[in-house]
Amino acid sequence: MKYLLNVTTLTHSPDKCTGCARCAEVCPRGVFEINAKKARITDKDLCMECGACAKNCAFGAITVNAGVGCASAVINGMLSGAEPSCDCGNDTGACC
Amino acid sequence: MNALKKPKKDENVAQAGEGCCGGPAPEGVAACCVKDAEAKAIGEEGCGCGTAPVQASTPPSACCAPPPKDPPLSEERKPCWSPASDFKPRATRVSSDLTLSDRLKHLRCRLGAYRMSYSVAPGLYAVGEPTKTSDVFVSANYGMSFDHLRKALKGTDSWILVLDTKGINVWCAAGKGTFGTAELVERMNSVRLAETVSHRRIILPQLGAPGVAAHAVKEKTGFRVYYGPVRAEEIKQYVEAGYKATKEMRTVGFSFSDRLVLTPMEINPAIKIYLLYALAILIIFGLSPSGISFREAFTNGLPFLILGLAAIFSGALFTPLFLGHIPFRAFSVKGLLTGLVSTLIVSRPLGIASMSPLLQGAVFLFFPALSSYIAVQFTGSTVFTGLSGVKRELKYAIPAYMAAAALTLLLVGAYKLKEWGLA
Ligand code: SF4
Ligand code: SF4
Repeated sequence: MKYLLNVTTLTHSPDKCTGCARCAEVCPRGVFEINAKKARITDKDLCMECGACAKNCAFGAITVNAGVGCASAVINGMLSGAEPSCDCGNDTGACC
Repeated sequence: MNALKKPKKDENVAQAGEGCCGGPAPEGVAACCVKDAEAKAIGEEGCGCGTAPVQASTPPSACCAPPPKDPPLSEERKPCWSPASDFKPRATRVSSDLTLSDRLKHLRCRLGAYRMSYSVAPGLYAVGEPTKTSDVFVSANYGMSFDHLRKALKGTDSWILVLDTKGINVWCAAGKGTFGTAELVERMNSVRLAETVSHRRIILPQLGAPGVAAHAVKEKTGFRVYYGPVRAEEIKQYVEAGYKATKEMRTVGFSFSDRLVLTPMEINPAIKIYLLYALAILIIFGLSPSGISFREAFTNGLPFLILGLAAIFSGALFTPLFLGHIPFRAFSVKGLLTGLVSTLIVSRPLGIASMSPLLQGAVFLFFPALSSYIAVQFTGSTVFTGLSGVKRELKYAIPAYMAAAALTLLLVGAYKLKEWGLA
């Protein structure tokens, strides 16, 4: 299942990439593929901006504006003027 | 890839057998070893190697109760068969079987019946009889994450390192950073993991990756992070394959049943707001220049109460369930469509068509918009909606909702004025 097209902020710079394959290991959407010692983005629109790839790339080859794609978080953020924040983890601790 | 070698199990057996008293006592018996147990069984003092009663498998979790301040440590007694070394791992033994009460807790969590979190005390846990070469698996201290993991490890000898994620599941906690590099490193140090095991590999759930930088963990602790499969059930397969996951094990699924279990969390909050909505409807339709009439309120308000329920179910149940079959990518549009259909279907038997055009307009404006609004909330539960997409969608949807709400109020207001003969 794919969400909106052409919105993801994911970028990959092959220059910095060493082909270590961490990104392919962590991506839960199968966005990366390793080809000839470099990672390659297969289908950008599959990306859900979780940030796992960028966080685990030791060579800074990936950037993505990571966040939770959660409407109530975004709306909360709009209302409070702060960054979107998921309300599922306040101290009353709902079973998220 | 030396680190990938499978731990040798027989080392464990050797250690146990070499002890002074013939190895560990049978489970659940207050004895430090086999000889001790035998001695006690015939009424003697025991073998004399200093026992404390064994705590039988500690229940790992108390749903919705705050976690105990200090994890109960069942291995504080000095087992006389332990290998000669100064350091004794302090771990809580857990069973890999889920009890009926565990399952009931899961069900109640799913239904959103708990306000308090379902959490487990952070720390080191032991499944089976782990040794220095056993694998270490990391979990969040959300009860369900932990329970799935220990169940998946049934039949193995493993360590489980539970991080303090404030009772939040791995995925949400990783997004917030509580399941993160800092907490992982700190927890590894505080349980003295480097002394507990002799290897240097630690297995994390893949969905924890957004919070953890594997290279930073390596730098700070010397441990190499292996990301296990997305689903805990596939862990044994992953280990057997030499710590390798197939692409299928790496990607999140979002099946009909995955979505179905999430819907109560969508319906519950909506129903709470519905009660307020119902009150508002009864007031609007009961209100007349001569005061409030309860009869009027119910007979005239009932169709709108039913329409409201239909909109909730179309947004919170049908849209999530048939997500892939409803046209358009934006959740707001999907919800709008299902809302239109449900409003059309329900309005026929309710005789909406014979009502004032003002009310009809309000009905076909408000209920589809409500369904759309509720459907958009489901983006928070999916595993494929990104922040940029949700922002893009809401940029158009929020003004539309506000406009729909304002127009609805105007239409209903005009209808009431007309009814009272004021316009
Ligand atoms: S993690 Fe970074 S360096 Fe490694 S393959 Fe992916 S992009 Fe390249
Ligand atoms: S941000 Fe998440 S979904 Fe997107 S490519 Fe990276 S790991 Fe995959």
